[in-house]
Amino acid sequence: MDLKDKLISSFMAFENNVDIEHPVHDVRTEAMKNFELKGFPSKKEEAWKYTSLKSLQKTDFSIFPKEEGNTLEYKDVKRYFLHEIDTYKIVFIDGIYSSYLSETTHDGVDICLMSSALTKPMYKPVIDVYFNKVASKDESLTSLNTAFSREGAYIYIPKNKMPKKPIEIIHFATGNEASLLLQPRNLIIAEENAELQVIERHQSLTSNEVLTNSVTEIFAADSAIVDYYKIQNDAENASLIDNTYIDQKNKSVVKVHTFSFGGKLTRNNLNFYQNGQYIDSTMKGVTILGDKQHVDHHTLVHHIEPNCESHQDYKGIYGENSTGVFNGKIIVDKIAQKTNAFQQNNNILISDKATINTKPQLEIFADDVKCSHGCTIGQLDEDALFYLRSRGIPKKEARALLMYAFANNVLESVRIPELKARINKLIAKKLGVNLGFDL
Amino acid sequence: MAYTEEELKKELETKEYEYGFYTDIESDTMPVGLNEDVVIAISKKKGEPEWMTLWRLEAFKYWKEMEEPEWANVKYEKPDFQAISYYSAPNKKPKYDSLDEVDPELLDTFKKLGISIDEQKKLAGVAVDIVMDSVSVATTFKKTLAEKGIIFCSISEAIKEHPELVKKYIGSVVPKKDNFYAALNSAVFSDGSFCYIPKGVRCPMELSTYFRINQAGTGQFERTLVIADEGSYVSYLEGCTAPSRDENQLHAAVVELIALDGAEIKYSTVQNWFPGDKEGRGGVYNFVTKRGLCEKNAKISWTQVETGSAVTWKYPSCVLKGDNSIGEFYSIAVTNNHQQADTGTKMIHLGKNTRSTIISKGISAGKSQNSYRGLVQVNSRAENARNFSQCDSLLMGNECGAHTFPYIEAKNKTAQIEHEATTSKIGEDQIFYCNQRGIDTEKAIALIVNGFSKEVLNKLPMEFAVEAQKLLEISLEGSVG
Repeated sequence: MDLKDKLISSFMAFENNVDIEHPVHDVRTEAMKNFELKGFPSKKEEAWKYTSLKSLQKTDFSIFPKEEGNTLEYKDVKRYFLHEIDTYKIVFIDGIYSSYLSETTHDGVDICLMSSALTKPMYKPVIDVYFNKVASKDESLTSLNTAFSREGAYIYIPKNKMPKKPIEIIHFATGNEASLLLQPRNLIIAEENAELQVIERHQSLTSNEVLTNSVTEIFAADSAIVDYYKIQNDAENASLIDNTYIDQKNKSVVKVHTFSFGGKLTRNNLNFYQNGQYIDSTMKGVTILGDKQHVDHHTLVHHIEPNCESHQDYKGIYGENSTGVFNGKIIVDKIAQKTNAFQQNNNILISDKATINTKPQLEIFADDVKCSHGCTIGQLDEDALFYLRSRGIPKKEARALLMYAFANNVLESVRIPELKARINKLIAKKLGVNLGFDL
Repeated sequence: MAYTEEELKKELETKEYEYGFYTDIESDTMPVGLNEDVVIAISKKKGEPEWMTLWRLEAFKYWKEMEEPEWANVKYEKPDFQAISYYSAPNKKPKYDSLDEVDPELLDTFKKLGISIDEQKKLAGVAVDIVMDSVSVATTFKKTLAEKGIIFCSISEAIKEHPELVKKYIGSVVPKKDNFYAALNSAVFSDGSFCYIPKGVRCPMELSTYFRINQAGTGQFERTLVIADEGSYVSYLEGCTAPSRDENQLHAAVVELIALDGAEIKYSTVQNWFPGDKEGRGGVYNFVTKRGLCEKNAKISWTQVETGSAVTWKYPSCVLKGDNSIGEFYSIAVTNNHQQADTGTKMIHLGKNTRSTIISKGISAGKSQNSYRGLVQVNSRAENARNFSQCDSLLMGNECGAHTFPYIEAKNKTAQIEHEATTSKIGEDQIFYCNQRGIDTEKAIALIVNGFSKEVLNKLPMEFAVEAQKLLEISLEGSVG
């Protein structure tokens, strides 16, 4: 049975476990209909031209993980947390919430679970207003997630509030199942003038196959500030389809950083909708790949109102047999005058078998705008390499140093110093060098 | 000169098509519709050998199975392929030896267009193979060219007289089943130009062809084949204007360029077909397939100035097969009123040390939509491939759109690819900079628009550049300068 049929038949079993009287279930049913109609996207579709999901569809994923026996000791997984500083933690093991590893709060702000938000009446007014409001109702994988939406992180920051510490959302896969499909659903709401920082990580602990189809909805009200960091450094058999939808209102600032260093197949669909004026949207990414890894960054910024800005900066270093895809789309509506949209994508190929496909795309309907995109594919500068070597720096380190420098301006805007240090270490490890200092 | 952006915009909007007139020449037109019999009839009418008829029929077979492409960023009413007459030739067919024999009305048409088929042309050193409603009616400078061994004639003539060349190269760059319109063209092409430059010959003059669509309700299916043998050079010009007409006309041409080892082809186009009136009625559908193949050390350079047509769908491409070959693409596309253009290029790097340059300038005004769509592909064996692309768009008015869809695919680590795109209106800081230096706003605008398109206009051959300005008329350059 192929994956689509399996998912369709599992939906009935899923209905037995959720409250089908709740209005959210209508949303689920509607989404399921859309998925049934569209199925998995194929390479024939423009948006999936360079990424194939074919091999994933042949895998017999288990859709409902076993509820018991999935425990982890904190000391075994400590290194995946940002343990240098204190954080709020929302931790899931094989898709099931782990209260033991987590640290949630209801003290002034809500940092808790999607499952409670979807079931408890006190959250209903919020869910009615925000749930599935910015996520695409058309895109099939998002619909698939919506249909099975039950668990994930729920974060609500009221007006003028700011949580005391950053929030970590971590998904562990233990390998209890031979192959596991996870569909977390996150909802993050920052009310007027609120501020928060989120670090999201998906981590598989075995070589068993895992596919995560995640949907995150972020709502940033007037003057809200949201920093979102995605760390994608997963095991060799883990695949991730990440769909993030961001709705921004007047003067809000949302920054999303994506660090892709691992995993078998990673697809990032990052969508920004600017529903207000004087909005700032930033998306930055560093991708360093080897092996047969495949990362596909798909970004969309829809400038709907005037006087907004967007900045995109994606750097990629591709080695061995890896493949990188970047597709950045900027749409500027007719009334969105004075838009300033900037997009840059720089890539380095360091192996003969690596491939990069990039498609920066502008669709502009307003005249008083400044939009630019730049895209390069090249190698490390031989002269710079020579300069470093002439000063006694070995070739390998010299190359790494240059690659560091290449990726560095993406790291500059990371606002949590410990996280920055951590990512520096990850980059050094990925490049196989120890520079003996932090950049 | 007092000239502001407002005025420029107004002029662009109100500009009526200046070359809209209709020449009353009796035409030998085929009944509408398309089937195998029509394909055979066209072939027979042109007195083609059997291999050509079979070639056409094969293309027709592919075409029948194909679907009209919909991926382009244009919206239009699909042409009804059964409502088009696929062949139309001026009735007074015999070839003329001198201009006196040519139908005076035809000459008048050319005069209105500012094309001097006569002595002026000779002085300018341009040989013209005029295609009027699909059949060549006059070819000049043939003798001079013949002395050098250059063949420059209509493609139907070439099929009869140089079948070995045509057979070898036709469809070699644009295969019959390449795409929907190429297949259609392969099946029903009425005429076009053929050019062969022998080994080591540098063509002494710019070769040029003027295409005209004249007969109501006839689609024009031109086929151009240019072969530059080893070490040769040719500069080829193609310019188009068409009379005003209320119904949509279809143009689906195929141009194939073959540059053998060390050869260079420069192909320039000025396209100023009827773009439809202010409300977007009428206008030409321009669905063209243009592609060139570069062997070792060869170079192909495409230059185009696109101002006409209601819908344009055109991607002059270079297949850089040989080592050290070079591909270039320079384009200005101006859209106004309801015009839609989806144009760009493909650079396929196959050989080592291949280089390509893409410079594309889009200017949109009125309610038009202007898209750049390009592909730069570096294959795994293309060591040291180098590409630079730049596409800039200028928007005038708040109802038009500019879009870019660049595809970049690199499979070799030694590839160096740069792509840049900008979209803007004339910047206030740019004007301020000029003002600051004592240049008034009107002049500053002129200067900026001038500079915006200069890069491409400069690439046009001298003789053509003058004519291009005249044909353009609408050109921001000429009127502002």
